[in-house]
Amino acid sequence: MFDYANADRLVEVVDLKLHFPVYSGVLRRQTGAVKAVDGVTFEIYEGETLGLVGESGCGKSTCGRAVLRLYEVTDGSITIEGTDIATWSPEELRRVRPKMQMVFQDPQASLNPRMTVSGIIGEPLDEHTSLSKKEKLARIYELMDAVGLNRDFAHRYPHEFSGGQRQRIGIARALALNPRFIVCDEPIAALDVSIQAQVVNLLEDLQKEFGLTYLFISHDLSMVRHIADRVAVMYLGKIVELAPRDPLYNEPKHPYTQALLSAVPEPDPNLEATTQRIILEGDVPSPANPPEGCNFCTRCPRVMEICHRIDPEFREIAPGHYAACHLHYDHDDKNAGETAP
Amino acid sequence: MTAATQPRRMPQSLIALRNILAFLMRSPTSAFGLVVLAILILTAIFAPLLATHDPYVQDLQNTLQRPGNGHLFGTDELGRDIYSRLVYGSRITLTIIFLVTIVVGPIGLLVGTVSGYFGGWWDTVLMRITDIFLSFPSLILSLAFVAALGPSLNNAIIAISLTAWPPIARLARAETLTFRAADYISAARLQGASATRIIWKSIMPMCLPSVMIRLTLNMATVILTAAGLGFLGLGAQPPLPEWGAMIATGRRYMIDHWWLVTFPGLAILAVSLAFNLLGDGLRDALDPKQMNKR
Repeated sequence: MFDYANADRLVEVVDLKLHFPVYSGVLRRQTGAVKAVDGVTFEIYEGETLGLVGESGCGKSTCGRAVLRLYEVTDGSITIEGTDIATWSPEELRRVRPKMQMVFQDPQASLNPRMTVSGIIGEPLDEHTSLSKKEKLARIYELMDAVGLNRDFAHRYPHEFSGGQRQRIGIARALALNPRFIVCDEPIAALDVSIQAQVVNLLEDLQKEFGLTYLFISHDLSMVRHIADRVAVMYLGKIVELAPRDPLYNEPKHPYTQALLSAVPEPDPNLEATTQRIILEGDVPSPANPPEGCNFCTRCPRVMEICHRIDPEFREIAPGHYAACHLHYDHDDKNAGETAP
Repeated sequence: MTAATQPRRMPQSLIALRNILAFLMRSPTSAFGLVVLAILILTAIFAPLLATHDPYVQDLQNTLQRPGNGHLFGTDELGRDIYSRLVYGSRITLTIIFLVTIVVGPIGLLVGTVSGYFGGWWDTVLMRITDIFLSFPSLILSLAFVAALGPSLNNAIIAISLTAWPPIARLARAETLTFRAADYISAARLQGASATRIIWKSIMPMCLPSVMIRLTLNMATVILTAAGLGFLGLGAQPPLPEWGAMIATGRRYMIDHWWLVTFPGLAILAVSLAFNLLGDGLRDALDPKQMNKR
C-alpha cells in the first residue's frame, strides 16, 4: 500500500472549472455553458496512481486534459510542484511541459500517420533538447527498449503496427523528456483485452523504474482497482467520492459509487446469482443544464428532500475518504441545511 | 541491431513517388494525362531541337500556307511556321503553370491552415477576404487585375495567381479543421510546440495531398484563363507565341484558313484535358485510404 505519510503532493487541483460556452441566436450571444468540469478538487502524491473513474461523458477526460492545460481553464488552480500553472501563457507552459505528459486513448489517432516511429518519439527531443543526431537516435533506442519495442522498427510508420505496439510508441513519446507526472487518458480502452494487461503491466513497471506519478483515467473499474492507489469517482463534472482504493471498493459511501461498483461483472457464477445490482433510473442530465442541488439527485436511489435544494459539499467523512453526499453529513449539518433559505 | 545489419531502406518519399506513378499508369485516363504532361515538358526543354523554323521570323511571301510543303501545320498571316510557334509556346504555357502554382500553393496553404488552426478572429477575417475573391468569376477578376496592371505575360501570371488561391485556402482550411482536434496535435502541444511549429510540421504535411490534387485540377483552368487573357490581348504580347494569342490573331482568317486556330486550340485542349485527367488520377492515388496498400 502506498505510504502517504512520507509522500509529497506533486499535483494539487483546487476547484477546477472548465465551462465550454454555448452561443446561440443571430447575435451569437453566450446563452449558457456546458459545465464539463465543475469544481473539481483533488491532489496527487508523488509516486502514486490516482484512478479517475466515471461513465462516458462525465468529464473525466476533459478533467485530465485540463490539468495538463490542453484547455484554457475557466476557474480554479492547478499546482504542480508548488507552482500554479492554471493561468500561464503557452510560452510559460512550454518550460514546464517536460514534467507532465499524456498517454492518449486512441493510439491510432495520437500518432501522426506521416511520421516514422523515430520521428514521433524524437519530436519532444527536438523541441526541448539540443542533442546531436546520434545522441537523439541513442535516446530513441533507449526509450524503445524501455517500452519493449524492437529497435528495427524505428523507421516504420504507425500504420504498420498493431494497437498494442502503437500504444507503446505513445508511451515512449510520453517518457522521452523524463516526465514526473503522466496523465493516462483511458490508455487501454481502445485495446484488445489480451493486450490491455500487457500495457497496464508496462505502465506499472515504468512507474517503478522511473518513479512516475499517474493520473489514470478509465471506465474499467477492475483495471483501476488493479493499478490505482487511490480512486476518484466522477459524475457530471464533479468528483462525488475520493478514497484510497480498498475503502472505496469495499465500502463505497456515495450512492453513485455503490451503483457503479454493483455493475461490475462478477466472474463467479454462484456469486453472480446473489449479487444485488443497483439499477439507476433515467438518464444523465445534460451538463449544460445540471439539476439544482446535488447533481445526482435526479437518479439517486436514496434521494432526500434536501438533495434537490442544496449541493452537497465535498468533504472528508473518514480519514482520507472524501464524498459529496448529504447522507454522510452529521445531523447538525443536515438541520442547518434544511433551515437555510 | 546496428545500422550496418539493417536492410537499407529507400527514402520513403521515393517509394511513395514510385508507387504513385505506378498507380497512375494503371488507369488509361490518368496515364494519358501523365504522358501528355511528359510530352509537354520534353517539348519545352528540347524546343530548339524540335522546331523546324524560327518562331519569330516572318516570311511575307509564304503567308497562310496550308499544312505540308515544309510547314507541318502551315504558316500564319505573317508567314511564321505554326508548328514551331506551338513548340515554343509550350515554354510559355509551362512558365505560366509553374509560376502560378508556386505562388498559389503556398499562399492558399498558409491562409487556409492559419485560419483553420487558430479559428475565431483570424478565421473570420481571412475567410471573408477569401469570400470577396471567390465572389467574382476568376476570368473577370483577372481581367480587372490585368487592366489595372497593364497587359503583359507577367501581369497575367500575377492576375491569375491572385484569383486562383482562394479555393486552395478554402480546401486547406477544411482539411485543417479535421486535423486540429486530433490527438497527435494535442500531443505536439503537450510537448510545448508553438502554433507555428504545429502548423508547419504537423498540419501542412497532412493538407498537402489534397492541395496538390486541387492544384493539378486547377492547372487546366489556369491554362484556359491564360489563353483567354492572351486571346483578349491582355496576356502575352505579340510576337510571343502564346497559344491563346495565336488563336486570337488566327480568328480573322478562320473561315478560309482553318489551321491557324485549329492547332493551337488542339494544344490547349490536350494539355488542359491532360491536367484534368491527371488530377482525377491523383485524387485516387493520394487517397489516404489507399495508404495502407503502399
